Amino acid sequence: MTIKGKAYIAGIYEHPTRHAPDKSTAQLHAEVAKGALEDAGLTIADVDGYFCAGDAPGGAWPMVDYLGLDTGKLRHIDSTETGGCSYIIHIGHAAEAIAAGKCSVALVTLAGKPRTSVMPPRAAGAEVDFEAAYGATTHNAYGMCAMRHMHDYGTTSEQLAWIKVAASHHAQYNPHAMLKDVVTVEDVLNSPMISDPLHRMDCCVVTDGGGALIVTTPEIARSLKKPLVRLIGHGEAMKGPRGGKNLDLTYSAGVWSGPPAFEEAGVTPKDIKYASIYDSFTITVLMQLEDLGFCKKGEGGKFVADGNLISGVGKLPFNTDGGGLCSNHPVNRGGMTKILEAVRQLRGEAHPKVQVPNCDLALVHGTGGLLGVRHAASTAVLERV
Amino acid sequence: MTEAKTQEKTYPAPQGNPETMPFWEAAKEGRFLIKRCKACGEAHYFPRAICPFCFSDKTEWEQASGEGEIYTYSLMRKSATGPYAIGYVKLKEGPAVQTNFVDCDLGALKIGQKVKVVFKPTDGAPLPFFTPA
Repeated sequence: MTIKGKAYIAGIYEHPTRHAPDKSTAQLHAEVAKGALEDAGLTIADVDGYFCAGDAPGGAWPMVDYLGLDTGKLRHIDSTETGGCSYIIHIGHAAEAIAAGKCSVALVTLAGKPRTSVMPPRAAGAEVDFEAAYGATTHNAYGMCAMRHMHDYGTTSEQLAWIKVAASHHAQYNPHAMLKDVVTVEDVLNSPMISDPLHRMDCCVVTDGGGALIVTTPEIARSLKKPLVRLIGHGEAMKGPRGGKNLDLTYSAGVWSGPPAFEEAGVTPKDIKYASIYDSFTITVLMQLEDLGFCKKGEGGKFVADGNLISGVGKLPFNTDGGGLCSNHPVNRGGMTKILEAVRQLRGEAHPKVQVPNCDLALVHGTGGLLGVRHAASTAVLERV
Repeated sequence: MTEAKTQEKTYPAPQGNPETMPFWEAAKEGRFLIKRCKACGEAHYFPRAICPFCFSDKTEWEQASGEGEIYTYSLMRKSATGPYAIGYVKLKEGPAVQTNFVDCDLGALKIGQKVKVVFKPTDGAPLPFFTPA
């Protein structure tokens, strides 16, 4: 059994807002759902599968009701919550459901307002008494990974800075990007230290907004007007300290989510023409590139340096919308926008200055949770037919 | 570079539960406990009733040395309660422990540095932290 070629991404929409004090979170979900359905050429009445994660107010049942989904028709619901990579997991689960005949038009939504409203705290697990007091945040949890990666492999702040530099080169062409200025390695190194060794410019933006997409059957996709983009490989995994044995923060769960995705797709990292790589922090990108096999473990610093991630300049164009580092990181969850830019690239709808020529094979990879504590990862390989 | 020192902070009291209460009772006496599995011999942290490595229920409390070395850390400079250094310690007994480093120059921490446990009071049981040995 495989999901290869069984499901197509037929509709995408990224909310243009980055600051939404005048809208509700549920409203943003509805607006992105409407945008994705219109992009596909479908209507809300066509939806028979719904996917959302922890950002959906109240979870799946209030959202299904609020959106007005036809509950006589809705027959597949999935609220898998793995933080920022939830939506990459969702497209895999949607493909499985479609392949099994459990639904035919799956809607996936993400939206929220971290800039204008207080985010609910992360739900605590069994570890709470043994960790809560120590103040793990995104910044310092990723900082701990970067610190150890530098120690073990000699990775430098200059190398990490190149990742932000590449993202900024792309963001200058995105009219909706929160940060449109091109920055230099020096700019990154001169930005204030937030949590050693990560500077402010090693960190992604915080934005209100959201995005949505439609996953559907090959038959329905072919009946629509958009270029055909399909899922051909998918993987998901989790990693944590697991009792503290052999703790190694220099690799992520991407070492387990990547290989099955590549194998299912029948491709290797060398074949990938464009990559959307989760960029909550610069170190996130570097570790994931290593974990996915774009370079050897420990050589990520060399790989990302000197503009290798800049479209038209380097070997692996990444995050051509400006990514989370410059454009958008709605609800502190970057997985959705990673998928959306990969689909734009495959459709040929990216900005002409960053569009990869004849882009027919793209990779989407993300993490969720805290890389230095416990996290999930998901990898998807997408193909233009 | 940084003159950041540990600030006197208040920490949340552990809530405890039937599975972990012996840990907190020992902490009140200044003893740092880990769990070890009699079936596979592995030690683990934080403590569980069932071994996370072999899933045996033959786990026993063991008093740890409280000594170890810094595996990694990050000095969080932007915090409403002042700078703090979060990190992991690899205990002599093996398991890694998430913690904060306290009572020291936070700007001088190093990976590999030898550290030892120190308990800090809360409104309930004290919490384990680490400081240079």
